[in-house]
This record gives sequence, C-alpha cells and structure tokens, in this order.
Amino acid sequence: MIQEPFASGDSAIHQLSPTLRVVAAAAYSFLVALAHGLPTLAVALVFSLLMVLFARLPLGKVLQRFTVVLGFLLLIWAILPWTYKGEILYQFGPLALSRPGVLLCLEISLKSIAILLAMIALVSTMTTARLGHALNRLHLPDKLVYLILITYRYIFVIEQEYQRLMRAVRIRNFSPGTNLHTYRTYAWLLGMLFVRSAERAKRVHQAMVCRGFSGKFYSLLESPRGYRNWVFVILMSLSLLSLAILEISAPTMLL
Amino acid sequence: MHISEGVLAGPVLFSGMAVAAAGTAIGIKKLDFDQLAQAGILSAAFFVASLVHVPVGPSSVHLILNGIVGLLLGWAAFPSIMVALLLQSIIFQFGGLTTLGVNTVIMALPAVICYYLFAPLINKKSSIAMAAAFACGFLAVFMSALLVGVSLYFSEKNFFEVATLVVTAHLPVMLIEGIITVFCISFIKKVSPEMLPGAR
Repeated sequence: MIQEPFASGDSAIHQLSPTLRVVAAAAYSFLVALAHGLPTLAVALVFSLLMVLFARLPLGKVLQRFTVVLGFLLLIWAILPWTYKGEILYQFGPLALSRPGVLLCLEISLKSIAILLAMIALVSTMTTARLGHALNRLHLPDKLVYLILITYRYIFVIEQEYQRLMRAVRIRNFSPGTNLHTYRTYAWLLGMLFVRSAERAKRVHQAMVCRGFSGKFYSLLESPRGYRNWVFVILMSLSLLSLAILEISAPTMLL
Repeated sequence: MHISEGVLAGPVLFSGMAVAAAGTAIGIKKLDFDQLAQAGILSAAFFVASLVHVPVGPSSVHLILNGIVGLLLGWAAFPSIMVALLLQSIIFQFGGLTTLGVNTVIMALPAVICYYLFAPLINKKSSIAMAAAFACGFLAVFMSALLVGVSLYFSEKNFFEVATLVVTAHLPVMLIEGIITVFCISFIKKVSPEMLPGAR
C-alpha cells in the first residue's frame, strides 16, 4: 500500500506555510548537495536532525527510509576506498585502502543522509495535494501543477486496481518464477492496467468537462500565517548562512 | 532507476535540470488541457507499475517501463516522468529535489528517443512490430543505465568502476523489459489499439 506516514501531524513544522517549506527545502538541499567540506556536512547533518526532531516524526519510520539510500552507499563503500588512487591509509595484502576514497565516501554518505532527513522533515510533512497548491503559489506552469495533482489523486486508485488484478491471478494459482510464463502474465496484467487507466482517464475527462473544466486551476489554499513562519524564515536563513560561511572558510576536505 | 541525493557534482545537477526543464517545457506545450487527465492517470499507472517486482533467479528487479511510457505518451513522457519522480521522492524518498532534473533526463530522454525510433514500426506487421517492441524496451533501459553511468562519471572520474557496475547490473533488467514490452504492446494492440501512436 502507498502511504504518507509523515504527512499529518501538529508539530511546529507541520503548521508552517507549505510554500515557505518548499523554498527552504530546495535552498537547503542544493546548498548541501554542492558543499564539499566535511565540517559543513557534519553541521548540516545536525541541522537536519534538529528539523526531524522539531517535526516530531516517528523515528522508526524515518529510519526505514534510510534503506532507500543504504544500498547505494554500501555499494560505494565497497568499491571506492579500494579503487580511488591516492595516499594509502591501510594496506591489506594486495588491497590498499586509500584516504581520499574513504573521505569521498564519507562526504557522499553525510550529504545523502542530511538531505534525506531535511526532505522528510520539510516536504514529506505535507500531503502532495498541499505541495501542488504550494507549487501553484510559486507560479509553476498550471498544466504541470495540474498533472501533479491528478497523478497524486490517481496513484491510490490505480494501486488498488493493480492489487485487484494481482488477487485475480493469485486465485488462479499464479506463482512467479524466472520463466516466460511469469513475464507474460505480468506484461498482460500491466497492459490491462494501462488500458483500464486510459479508459478511466476518458471518463474523468468527460466528468471534468461536465463540471465546466476550462483549463484554469483554482487553488483555495489558505496559507497558515503567524509568527511561526517568521521564526522559521530567520532560523533557516541563519542555518543556510552558517553553512555557507563554514564551506567558504574550510573549503577543502578536512578531518 | 534513480540516483540518490548527495552523489552528483554541481555541473551535472545543473545540466540535468536544464535539459529536464527544456524537455518538460516541450512536453507541456504539446499537451492540451484535453489530454491532461490522460497524461496524469497514465503517469499514475507508471508510478504503480514501477513498484512491481518481477523475479529474476533468486532475486527480483522492479520494472522501469520507460520504453512503453515513450510509446504511449511521446514528448509528454517528460512532464509525466518528472511528476512521477517528484511524487516518488516525496512519498518514498527515492531520489530527491536536487537530483530531480538528472533523474528525469535519465528516464525521459530514452523514452522520447524510443518514441521517435519505434513508434512508426509498432503498427507494421507482427514480426517487425515485435522486434521493434523488444528493442524499445531493451534500448530504453540501456540508454537510461548509460546515462546513469555518464552522470556518475562526469561527477567524479573515480566513479568509473561504480558506473560500469551499474550498467552491467542492469543487463538482466534490459532483457526482461524487452520481453515485457513485447507482450505488453501486443496486448494493447489487441485490446485497445487506439492508445498506440499512429492509430490516433
């Protein structure tokens, strides 16, 4: 099942204006993604952890999200330290552990985790519907916002459609394996999913036309106002500024 | 197929964003308001399809299907894939904001190329159409894997081994996508041929 475990809540972050949070998340992710200094990245990780704490998210579920980046991080830790040419840290027989390789792995790991946490805390704490409205506020093209909202609206419906088809094949004793029968079954099942989606789209479009859809998107989002937004803007600008200063003053990779 | 945040260098991220923005602009321009529901619901379908894991030996791979996306949507594949990736990054934390551009290019550029290469062949007689469908599924994933490799390599020359591993690891996925595209396209051709390009 598709779920949004962080979207609802009443923490300080949940009550901020979605538009502000999207802008802040974008600025923060780009700054961290472009930084190189280990001190900067370590501080960024602390900031990100603070954001998660402020959002009062279920920590177990946050940790689950780490599995997404863990695979790639393990892959680079398994390869880069041994293949990167440079000063040798340790020598294990024929294998040499290189210092720049380890530093690069550390840098990438810190960056990935810091950005992941900030995104969970700032953006995943709103439903995609609110995100769509926030992007509308930021003057993204109407069609794109509309596409986001309609896609979001229908992923849940189509997921159920898929589960229904899956149940139907399971009742007929389908047991997936590495053979042509399995791939053919999946292909036909997905083909059916696309055909039904297209049919559904026609009906949805007709219903929209019936209700007078003329291509204009109306957002009735009332952005939360109040002192919290100002506090957030100030804190966020201070964190961005301090990260930028750290990065400029310690641009090289240091330990 | 996506690259997680914090891996790529600035120039790669920004060129990815530029290409993705251009592609999306063209896609949106070609997309009428009349086709929005169609594109949105199909991109929801691809979002769901990419969660499907098919078994390969002891392990399993998840489908990408950007070849079929390209055939069914043409240039609209760009906005459609971008939206699906944005939703994935928010709902599952796959990929992210900074890598959204690069990841969109990785999946949507091969989709559009496949559209131009194979859309004219899909309505030919069945042997040609089947070969075209297989090539479409196979090449779309191959080009995507190659783009992942290139993005990694241009970020950091020392990623070479990682990049080659990523491309070779996707070889079985390419075969499976090719096979699935053949069956899927022949199914759609029988059931709802007006969805395929050329019939419109």
